[in-house]
Amino acid sequence: MSDNLTTKYIEIQGVEQTFKTKRGPFCALQNVNLTVAKGEFVALIGHSGCGKSTLLNLIAGLTTPTHGSLICANREIAGPGPDRAVVFQNHSLLPWLTCFENVYLAVERVFGAANKTTGANAESKPQLKARTDAALAMVGLTAAAQKRPGEISGGMKQRVGIARALCMEPRVLLLDEPFGALDALTRAKLQDELLAIVAATQSTVVMVTHDVDEAVLLSDKIVMMTNGPSATIGEVLSVELERPRNRVELAESTQYLHYRKAVIDFLYTRQAHVEKAA
Amino acid sequence: MVSAVFHSPLAARPEPVEAPARVLTNATPVAAVTTPAKPVPATRQPFDWRGLWLAVLPPILGLGLLVGLWALVSITTASSIPSPAETFNQAVVIFSDPFYRKGPNDQGVGWNILMSLERVALGFGLAAAVGIPAGFMIGRFEFLSRMFNPLISLLRPVSPLAWLPIGLLVFKGANPAAIWTIFICSIWPMVINTAVGVQRVPQDYMNVARVLNLSEWKIVTKILFPAVLPYMLTGVRLAVGTAWLVIVAAEMLTGGVGIGFWVWDEWNNLNVKNIIIAIFVIGLVGLILEYVLIKVATAFTFEEVKN
Repeated sequence: MSDNLTTKYIEIQGVEQTFKTKRGPFCALQNVNLTVAKGEFVALIGHSGCGKSTLLNLIAGLTTPTHGSLICANREIAGPGPDRAVVFQNHSLLPWLTCFENVYLAVERVFGAANKTTGANAESKPQLKARTDAALAMVGLTAAAQKRPGEISGGMKQRVGIARALCMEPRVLLLDEPFGALDALTRAKLQDELLAIVAATQSTVVMVTHDVDEAVLLSDKIVMMTNGPSATIGEVLSVELERPRNRVELAESTQYLHYRKAVIDFLYTRQAHVEKAA
Repeated sequence: MVSAVFHSPLAARPEPVEAPARVLTNATPVAAVTTPAKPVPATRQPFDWRGLWLAVLPPILGLGLLVGLWALVSITTASSIPSPAETFNQAVVIFSDPFYRKGPNDQGVGWNILMSLERVALGFGLAAAVGIPAGFMIGRFEFLSRMFNPLISLLRPVSPLAWLPIGLLVFKGANPAAIWTIFICSIWPMVINTAVGVQRVPQDYMNVARVLNLSEWKIVTKILFPAVLPYMLTGVRLAVGTAWLVIVAAEMLTGGVGIGFWVWDEWNNLNVKNIIIAIFVIGLVGLILEYVLIKVATAFTFEEVKN
């Protein structure tokens, strides 16, 4: 049982997602099957419009599938919840709250009341504040805690978003193109930080990305998706690079280049993006 | 044109000249030698006369234009419209004692303004108490939105003064009827703006609320209310502006003490100077109300999430 849970922590079976549009139903995803083991880092990669984010929203529970089932830790995913924390592409911080308050909102929700499923008691205010401070310290933002999102840079906002997700101690961390809107240098820095954090917390992570290097550097498994409509999983690539990974050393590693080539080959040769004639 | 071609920082460096002179005349070394410059300390910042002119001169000119036209009209109508000077002297007299009371129909201009503001505050306050929660409900629930939108579309274009007879009939008094009129005219902008604000809360914020599984109370206090606040304040600003427009007309019809009644009373006395003073006072109070509400609104507007 427990062994089953470690290898099949998230289980996606025969999922299909159809949206109603003015021009009739639009099939975004079809026949998607995927399992994610506990503590595994999975990257979803594909061209834009291939349904990566749709699949992530399904795991988050923000949308429900038209057909098929999604199971997380032996339970059907019925709706969104703090056990599956999401880092949104556009950070989605509340602009009227400080960084501290944005994170505190999540901490208070998860640990501020007695938890029936885990049997944990409600924590006191100082404990909640300590958790918030710890989460902000983990992403290196202690100094900016009392600033509002409008006063900090894009990279810092995204870090607050990560802190807000991590502070909840989620079973699964869902990242929706978390670094997509950042410049290359900031992105590299945050990727390294994410690597360190995930190594420390042993989180199960599903990340949507369109960056090949990001996918190879971070993940244990790269799920490559075919072009939409009716997108599905085209190929799954296991990345067996040793951890901890170092981007400078990996730049010359033949193994790394091999994985990188495999992804690029899939994306640009077999699934070359063809703009549909309107 | 030529000077621009010849000009270079190197040529300009040896001669410490006044900043404007350097740009205009210091084109060639010859020019620099023939016009010896006075030594001016380079560290002193020249006073920004231009900025001051732009800030002060145009408004004064505008005001001067108004007063000039007014004086012209006064002269051509053989002083049936009083001249600016006369009116100013009268204003000095009136504002030397704004708070006198000589019976119910003869009170100082201060009382008149305060009475009007009180009616606006009451009518507007009631409208806010009803309109803002109503706007929240209409924005949050599509059923209510579909139910009330036709009603709002039907009633909103009606002149508030058309409601005055209904108010007189129902409340059997001039004062409540005036307040009723203010209520009716100021409720629509608040309902509509609040509803639109609720409907436009970014889906990202609601997704955050869903992922965190926040309670309805937390959603309202931490997400909905702050997100809607700027829209709501716009509604409040529009409502106060309309209310201040309407109160003058309503008081002309209902009588009593108030700035609108004062205008009408002075018209009956053929005291045109006081009418002109009243126009300025009404304008000034409206300006102050608008200014204060704009300041409040900007204080509560936050950066939106950029998509």
